[in-house]
Amino acid sequence: MTTLHTVAATGALKLSWLLLAFPLFGAVVLLVGGRRTDRWGHLLGVLMPVAAFVYGLIAFFDLLGSPNRSQDLHLYTFIQVGSFQVPMGLLIDQLSISFVLLITGVGSLIHIYSVGYMEHDSDRRRFFGYMNLFLAAMLLLVLADNYLGLYIGWEGVGLASYLLIGFWQFKNSAAVAAKKAFVVNRVGDAGLSLAIFLMFSAFGTVTFTGVFGAVSSGGSGVATALGLLLLLGACGKSAQVPLQSWLLDAMEGPTPVSALIHAATMVTAGVYLLVRSNPILALTPTARLAITVVGAVTLLFGAVIGCAKDDIKKALAGSTMSQIGYMILGAGLGPAGYVFAIAHLIAHGFFKAGLFLGAGSVMHGMNDEVNMRRYGGLARLMPITFVTFGVCYLAIIGIPPFSGFFTKDGIIEAAFGKGGTSGAILGVCAVAGAAITGFYMTRVMLMTWYGKRRWESEAQSGERHETAEPLEGASAQGAHGPAEEYHPHESPPVMTWPLILLAVGSVVAGGFLIIGERFANFLGPVTGLPPETHGIWTVPGIVALILALAGVALAWVMYGRVPVPAVAPRGRPLTVAARKDLYGDAFNESVLMRPGQWLTRLSVYFDNRGVDGLVNTLAAAVGGSSGRLRKVQTGFVRSYALSMFAGAVVLVALLLVVRL
Amino acid sequence: MSPVHYVALSVILFVIGGVGVLVRRNAIVVFMCIELMLNACNLAFVAFARMHQNLDGQVIAFFVMVVAAAEVVVGLAILMAIFRARRSASVDDANLLKY
Repeated sequence: MTTLHTVAATGALKLSWLLLAFPLFGAVVLLVGGRRTDRWGHLLGVLMPVAAFVYGLIAFFDLLGSPNRSQDLHLYTFIQVGSFQVPMGLLIDQLSISFVLLITGVGSLIHIYSVGYMEHDSDRRRFFGYMNLFLAAMLLLVLADNYLGLYIGWEGVGLASYLLIGFWQFKNSAAVAAKKAFVVNRVGDAGLSLAIFLMFSAFGTVTFTGVFGAVSSGGSGVATALGLLLLLGACGKSAQVPLQSWLLDAMEGPTPVSALIHAATMVTAGVYLLVRSNPILALTPTARLAITVVGAVTLLFGAVIGCAKDDIKKALAGSTMSQIGYMILGAGLGPAGYVFAIAHLIAHGFFKAGLFLGAGSVMHGMNDEVNMRRYGGLARLMPITFVTFGVCYLAIIGIPPFSGFFTKDGIIEAAFGKGGTSGAILGVCAVAGAAITGFYMTRVMLMTWYGKRRWESEAQSGERHETAEPLEGASAQGAHGPAEEYHPHESPPVMTWPLILLAVGSVVAGGFLIIGERFANFLGPVTGLPPETHGIWTVPGIVALILALAGVALAWVMYGRVPVPAVAPRGRPLTVAARKDLYGDAFNESVLMRPGQWLTRLSVYFDNRGVDGLVNTLAAAVGGSSGRLRKVQTGFVRSYALSMFAGAVVLVALLLVVRL
Repeated sequence: MSPVHYVALSVILFVIGGVGVLVRRNAIVVFMCIELMLNACNLAFVAFARMHQNLDGQVIAFFVMVVAAAEVVVGLAILMAIFRARRSASVDDANLLKY
């Protein structure tokens, strides 16, 4: 078990607040400046992440050269009420600096790519404002030295994600998807906030050092509750079963958003949360088991969904869900898995961002068509995108020496290394996930790049090319009729260079981190060292590789050898279920949404008829009877006299009766 | 004649006055009927004073006469004003003040 000891930041790390200040400054200028900044806004939007990345590199090397690699920069006291104090500070250690480099590095590349991708969008400035806001929030999430600061960043990335999924809010589907992501994330956030409340009530502090120091004396009950609540939070942000349903719809956002937020960084925040909380998890085998189960279920769930989707972005989203399942599984395995989870997270950041940006590049050339059944034969027409996409593909299915091989096999081996029945089941799940990954990624490759050109209509072959040329400029985005014509072309250099850099990262990242246990030794002081490993080539790893190749072969038999039909066949029940996200939405609707609606309808009915009904009836009765009683006042003096007379008679009669 | 007969007369007079107030429309007649009721009361007071050998009843009768005189002065003044404005002394015509 490790505990967290920090020293005050020194040297260049004293300026760590710059990491947050750069993107925040960009976001404020772009969002407050409004249309005045339209002309140069995207340049500022790119400059800020790059500046943060440069500073991140300086901080990284400063940290490498320093004897104490866990440094805390106190900024100010955020809350001081009685004995309760929340000092706001930044924690720069091996774990957070790894995330900083991933977020700012991949983030910078995606910002550069977006300059080209969003060129025809009249709202490009707003897009960059939101993206910078996201980076600032994400950096706060990983840098904060207490759970409350982490929570602020956590909510900030949720907000940025909402704004960016709904960036094209004129599309109803995008607005609905944004709302759905927001609502589902609230469920997870409830878990995280309850965890923070529990820390406050049990330990009286929410700083990492304070909580980790006190948790061992708090009893295993508190630790288990904290672990499960943190898992709920992680499930929401990282799209794990049962809170997975928002991620597939989140693909409504622009593709760079899918690459940065819904693949490379934000959705991995749950993994960060769990790994950061490793001293808590160390005390609670129950919560760790729950984490591994969630991870294993999700990695199969996402992979099965990825097999059936015809929308290229949704297939990749299913894959993201599955890969994060691996990371969560790794995070649940204790010190044996933390290092590999983070290594896989970094490698995944490269290859999944590369895949998404590649998909975006294809969409850019194909009039925003996302249906893979209308792709095909694009390899010749987009050579750079094809090669980079292919490299990332090899990385994700785990072909040596690409990065996925090293990091994913580490997790698979750690799962088997857990021992016992649960270890065997988890290991088999992980290996099966690797095989399915091989299948669905090969399917994406074959449907997009090889085979017949399914986008070519008969009219478009040959001589019609010249007459159709002027259309090309107008093909920015939006709905196209059935008679549309595609003119696939390679994207401009501003989009292909990020792809190339990400592909390079996909090749080298895994090997660099894992070979020689470089990353394990670096991260060890934070997460604990994994037990001695059996080298790069392990039996489970080789089995996983063989099964992945079998998946590739099966995909080739189904989609490479025979032509892909342009209209999806009906498919088997499992395919149909996977196309519908394995009925995740149907489940939520029938179990949560419908009863909720009934409950609200019942409450409204009770309120209208019961509470309001009582009040209204009383008022109506008083009003009605007084309306009738009023008629007695006729204006005829003699009738008044009669009533007085009658009254007097009654009075006298009563007196007589009482007297008797 | 025993005082009981006077009481009986006063009851008869009171009933005649009351019925007159309720059934007659002419305001002057209504006033007269009210006077009749007041004087029936006076008669009853005096008769009871005689029966109980107590002067209080006779004293009250004087008070009632004063009140009746004052009431007639004010009432007839109102009646004159109404008659001038509406050319009618019917109590049923003056029925504007109602619901």
